[in-house]
Amino acid sequence: MAMSTFEIVAREDFSDVTYLLEIRHPMMARAARAGQFVIVMAHEHGERIPLTIADFDRDKGTITLVIQAVGKTTKEMQQRCKVGAALHAVVGPMGIPSPVSGAKKVICVGGGLGVAPIFPQARAFKENGAYVIGVLGFRSKDLMFWTDKFNDCCDELIVCTDDGSSGIKGLVTEGIRRAIEKHPDVDECVAIGPTVMMRGCAEATRAHKIKTIVSLNPVMVDGTGMCGGCRVKVGGEVKFACVDGPDFDGHLVDFDDLISRLRRFATEEKAARERWSESCRMMTTPNLGALASQSSGPAAGGVSTELLELPDPYDEVRGG
Amino acid sequence: MAKKRTIRTIPQQRTPVREQEPAERVKNFSEVSRGYGQKDALVESERCLLCPDQPCVRGCPVGIDIPGFIEKIGQKDFHGAYDVIAATNLLPAVCGRVCPQESQCEGVCIVGQTLEPVAIGRLERFVGDRAIAEGWTSVPYIEHNDFRVGIVGSGPAGMACAADMAKAGCDVTVYEAFHQAGGVLKYGIPDFRLPNDVVDAEIRNLSKLGVKFECNTLVGRLFTIEQMVDEMGFQAVFIGTGAGYPAMLGIPGDSLNGVLSANELLTRCNLMRAKEFPNYDTPLSIGRRVAVVGAGNTAMDAMRVCLRLGAEKVYCIYRRSRAECPARSEEVHHAEEEGVEFHWLTNPVEILGDGKGNVRGMRCVRMELGEPDDSGRRRPVVVAGSEHEIDVDLVVFAIGTNANPIMGQTSKLKLDKRGYIDTDADLATSVAGVFAGGDIVTGAATVIEAMGAGRTAARSMKAYLGLRDAAATYVGDSAGGAGRCFGIDSRESNFVRVRVA
Ligand SMILES: Cc1cc2nc3c(=O)[nH]c(=O)nc-3n(C[C@H](O)[C@H](O)[C@H](O)COP(=O)(O)OP(=O)(O)OC[C@H]3O[C@@H](n4cnc5c(N)ncnc54)[C@H](O)[C@@H]3O)c2cc1C
Ligand code: FES
Repeated sequence: MAMSTFEIVAREDFSDVTYLLEIRHPMMARAARAGQFVIVMAHEHGERIPLTIADFDRDKGTITLVIQAVGKTTKEMQQRCKVGAALHAVVGPMGIPSPVSGAKKVICVGGGLGVAPIFPQARAFKENGAYVIGVLGFRSKDLMFWTDKFNDCCDELIVCTDDGSSGIKGLVTEGIRRAIEKHPDVDECVAIGPTVMMRGCAEATRAHKIKTIVSLNPVMVDGTGMCGGCRVKVGGEVKFACVDGPDFDGHLVDFDDLISRLRRFATEEKAARERWSESCRMMTTPNLGALASQSSGPAAGGVSTELLELPDPYDEVRGG
Repeated sequence: MAKKRTIRTIPQQRTPVREQEPAERVKNFSEVSRGYGQKDALVESERCLLCPDQPCVRGCPVGIDIPGFIEKIGQKDFHGAYDVIAATNLLPAVCGRVCPQESQCEGVCIVGQTLEPVAIGRLERFVGDRAIAEGWTSVPYIEHNDFRVGIVGSGPAGMACAADMAKAGCDVTVYEAFHQAGGVLKYGIPDFRLPNDVVDAEIRNLSKLGVKFECNTLVGRLFTIEQMVDEMGFQAVFIGTGAGYPAMLGIPGDSLNGVLSANELLTRCNLMRAKEFPNYDTPLSIGRRVAVVGAGNTAMDAMRVCLRLGAEKVYCIYRRSRAECPARSEEVHHAEEEGVEFHWLTNPVEILGDGKGNVRGMRCVRMELGEPDDSGRRRPVVVAGSEHEIDVDLVVFAIGTNANPIMGQTSKLKLDKRGYIDTDADLATSVAGVFAGGDIVTGAATVIEAMGAGRTAARSMKAYLGLRDAAATYVGDSAGGAGRCFGIDSRESNFVRVRVA
């Protein structure tokens, strides 16, 4: 009864935790707009997890997802999702497309996994004739990806790394600070990344009264407005991120509430992850074993424990 | 039939139904009621007086010929009984289980004035289950035409409309956002009340009629209603996307982890099978002490699911009294038997956190009933100084739903003041060729009403497409004004959508 098979037509591994999947879905490639997301089920027993559409190719009829392997589902997908394999379900595009405003000068901020989904936004702004300043944050040089794509659509590109191995040493907020210093006439900022990062960006622009849009990605189930699991507080009101968002005014979002709600299934998620890693260790299939040791290795390929506990909205989304 | 039945000659007692014992059933998700066996059904069928007045038929939102099918049961013609029901209701196994019979057919049954009413719901279920077991379907001779009909949403409204349009010969496609079809029947109502197998069997029947199901399709976003009509070649579209969008409690603490809507709880448990975690990946926080706010069917389902998931204590918090409780009476009764503690006339005012984002308790006030409000029910008012705390770690709210915004966001459909889709009496929307019905038009209602709406819309659609409605045996209110000429509905004008260019 499924609509079609959701075939994986290409895959690229950016690092041992970050991977890209290109999925055939011509109809979705046609409908997708910047800022929208899909809900994916890896297999029949899988959970429904939201993933932002990082790119879409109308000619090829594909959509692109960039995924970070941190939770059970995303790690399992990292193992299973080979080219030619298929996902059990992919539904979308969900959410209200980001309104690409008529802003003249914009800062597009992407941190970690947010780098991928900010790309179609930066491109859309560019196509709209805006002066686009890209600010990208990575932990280190070897985790960097897509800087060439950004170079093509940004008038200026500021890369920030935690360890200074490329670009400026520091967080994306430092990049924002420099961009505003140089261009006091920036009229909009769009930030996608870990929740803490988006909060930082909203704080960095607040004093300058620069309109700041953030893309929230709380725990979801249906993605159609039916369950209320994705509710967030914005300007004192309750909104459902899946149908009222996912973009909201960063200066109005109650980030503390969101961060607390993202921890909702931390215990269950941890148990599932551990149980899964355990079952991988017991598996003897050589090719699976090789991959498994990679993703369940010490600190899951350099992801700090802090991050594991505070889920990045673009890595594993608890529950869903 | 030998002699005329009277209230004195019929079996005086309503035939009891076999049920799982409460202590046993709270540990499993198997169906509580085992349903009538053939012998039970035959005995119960004798309780129907086959009265000429037939108030039950008027009490049924889709007007099933109830005495007609009960008479067939009495004659042991079960297939015949099925055909009688199937003429108006395509989901007897579902409706027999979930309809609020006590306020519909059984509520007006003549026998019920003196004795307990005829157990119409149980008889209907008996026939429906027999049909599934025997593989009966009522596939009529279908003469195919060139019309393509698109249905959005696979709940009871969409299913009913799909069936009727397929029978009328149209090429019907049902689009569903979830990865499985069935709507609330699948994701909401738990297995112990309506097993998913029953829903799947009914969906298979639709497939036999030629209806195609396309899951994982979010209409509005993947393509719009307007695109369906203008580009995708659908001559008519029906929208039955359900109400969705649960209403919030709006009290301090309602965003704590451990506070969730009944829809979320039920979807995780029923559709995503979190009850089989970690064999299935979807997690669900299991409450030790659970408060469920509300007392409708959704609330009852949530409470009973929590018990089965292992909660020690489940409270029902409802601001009105038992008399106003909107759930089916059988569900309230079952919930009571299973140990749910009812706190009638109680309203939550704050959910208390443990400082780490979780729930540790709920502060409530007691209410008393004052003057009747707009709905005719007595308005609950707070009793001064009645504040108290209850110790809970999970709060589930089931206090109704608002309109789902997706259709409004993505189409030019006219909405009503509350955001539901605006239709006329024939369920036509403001966009030509597009019809709507079920919860997305009325707000949260019942399975049978949604089904009835799907059928009404199908009738209007046939008229719109200029199709002879030969199969129509159901004449609802909306047919009131239409006349008939030589047995043909006068609305069957040859009015079709003309495509320019
Ligand atoms: C827990 C619970 C228990 C209930 N118990 C009873 C009961 O015992 N008796 C009773 O009579 N009634 C009961 N009801 C009410 C009854 O289920 C509903 O009134 C009925 O299901 C409404 O039918 P519908 O077809 O309008 O919508 P739904 O059953 O809600 O189906 C709508 C479908 O459309 C899909 N959809 C939504 N948006 C889109 C979109 N944009 N594109 C594609 N698909 C979409 C949804 O995923 C869903 O599957 C209960 C409801 C709940 C929630
Ligand atoms: S994910 Fe269920 S309402 Fe948003």
